[in-house]
Amino acid sequence: MSTKNLKLITNPLNIDNPITIQVLGICSALAVTVKLEPAVVMSISVLFVMAFANVIISLLRNTIPSRIRIIVQLVIIASLVILVDQVLKAFAYDVSKQLSVFVGLIITNCIIMGRLEAFALGNKPWPSFLDGVGNSAGYGMILILVAFIRELFGSGSVWGFQVIPEGFYEFGYANNGLMILPPMALIVVGIVIWVQRARTRELIEA
Amino acid sequence: MKALRNYLDKIKPNYKKGGKYEKWLPVFESFETFLYVLGDTTPKKGAHIRDAMDLKRTMSIVVIALLPALLFGMWNIGYQHFLSIGQGQEVSFWAQFGHGFIQVLPLILVSYIAGLGTEFLFVYIKGHEIEEGFLVSGMLIPLIVPIDVPLWMLALANIFAVILGKEVFGGTGMNIVNPALLARAFLFFAYPAKMSGDKIWISGLESGEGVVDGFSGATPLAEAAAAEGNLDLFHAKYTISDMFLGTLPGSVGETSVLAILIGAFILLLTGIASWKIMLSVFVGGVSMGLILNGFASETNVYMSLPFYEHILLGGFAFGAVFMATDPVTASQTEKGKWIYGFLVGFIAILVRVVNPAYPEGVMLAILLMNVFAPLIDHYIIRANVKKRLKRIKVKA
Repeated sequence: MSTKNLKLITNPLNIDNPITIQVLGICSALAVTVKLEPAVVMSISVLFVMAFANVIISLLRNTIPSRIRIIVQLVIIASLVILVDQVLKAFAYDVSKQLSVFVGLIITNCIIMGRLEAFALGNKPWPSFLDGVGNSAGYGMILILVAFIRELFGSGSVWGFQVIPEGFYEFGYANNGLMILPPMALIVVGIVIWVQRARTRELIEA
Repeated sequence: MKALRNYLDKIKPNYKKGGKYEKWLPVFESFETFLYVLGDTTPKKGAHIRDAMDLKRTMSIVVIALLPALLFGMWNIGYQHFLSIGQGQEVSFWAQFGHGFIQVLPLILVSYIAGLGTEFLFVYIKGHEIEEGFLVSGMLIPLIVPIDVPLWMLALANIFAVILGKEVFGGTGMNIVNPALLARAFLFFAYPAKMSGDKIWISGLESGEGVVDGFSGATPLAEAAAAEGNLDLFHAKYTISDMFLGTLPGSVGETSVLAILIGAFILLLTGIASWKIMLSVFVGGVSMGLILNGFASETNVYMSLPFYEHILLGGFAFGAVFMATDPVTASQTEKGKWIYGFLVGFIAILVRVVNPAYPEGVMLAILLMNVFAPLIDHYIIRANVKKRLKRIKVKA
């Protein structure tokens, strides 16, 4: 894999992260990060949709009239999302119920639309595939980090298993109710952005 | 005094550039300026007139203004405690005060240690000067929490408030919302079991040791909210003078309107707080109270709580005097202060009465208006610009 292609995967993980740098896809980051499990499922779903939507659009890029490209993109994303939704309903019904409307709302996830417009329409299928994988991995990384923090402090568990010992609670420890509320997701994402910007030299604005 | 000065002069070189503890210079200076003014002279260019009334003196006066409420709060904590175990009459004043003192002191210590510790940490990381803003916040926070709040929660709330209320925005003077209220809001939403209900307002009530049968530790506001039919029972239990003097269960420093008014007097006399904000908060509260009185019916008794009792109960007076007037987070324009204060009072009573989930709305009202204050200022300034532009055009 050439360095240029490798960058397509590694940049979105770090200095071009879709959530922390481009600040896209915030709505789903708030909604599905109360627990780790739905966050992971959401990340995988977005990975699937984004990678294949990018490839399909890239294959069709020379035949799509630019006037109607948004509609074509939407049709492709929507078909893929329906596919994901049906698979989830069939094989992971509980998680699907937890994610409820947010699987459907992957259609409106700004990251997907943004990558199709910005990348897939002007690049060959293989780089487009890598770009899709990279961006959804960057998205999923933040989602899982936020969900881990929120579940650990908000419910005292990780992936549904109690990790904070009972003794702590007897000693007066209590779960942080604010972590379960959506505002805390914004605050946690904000702290992640803060830490990343403070640590990465090229991101510090004058 | 002279020995202290000599000692400070002796250790000062350690903190200068190249010294042993160079990085801790801001910490050193902040302690030095508690008692002394730095030996800086005015620069060659720029302002030459300096006022001795710097940020640190301002903050000290606010802390002094808080003392009556604090001392009364200490006594009231003891008074309520002995009342709850049925010894209200037998115990001496000093026993009551002593009990409260021992209960309140850890709150103050934890609040200062956690908050100042975080602040010093940021001074060390970012290398900016230490800021005095926390002197007041650290005193305000213990006064607006229930007495039985666990200390680790209080510490966490302080750290949260200093980092996310102040440091992310650039430190003292740059914050959007009041850090002390942010700490309280954090506690309120994160640990609701410890911040509301009828067990937490009186020390020792939660463990239930020796509590008189049928004793209720609910705050008057919670009782008024729960009243059915009419408020006769409520008024039989709480008199206006109780409400004014503050011999009621509640957060540590919020109960006594009298003590708060003494603080308000100090703040107004020294010109630190804006009388416009204070007055307009009360006006706002009274007008919402009157509106609700007009709508009162059999089915919603809480609405018929007289407006003058609304402003005596709960944290209304405390919020109006010490929180809403925070010069950083309030409106800066003179007209804006009227609008800002009025809406604080107006919304506080609205939340209190109309939303059953929040028996007290002052905190939420002030936080909300903190966020809106810059917008109010923006439109006041735009309006002024427009007015003056018109004047030019008329002349020309």
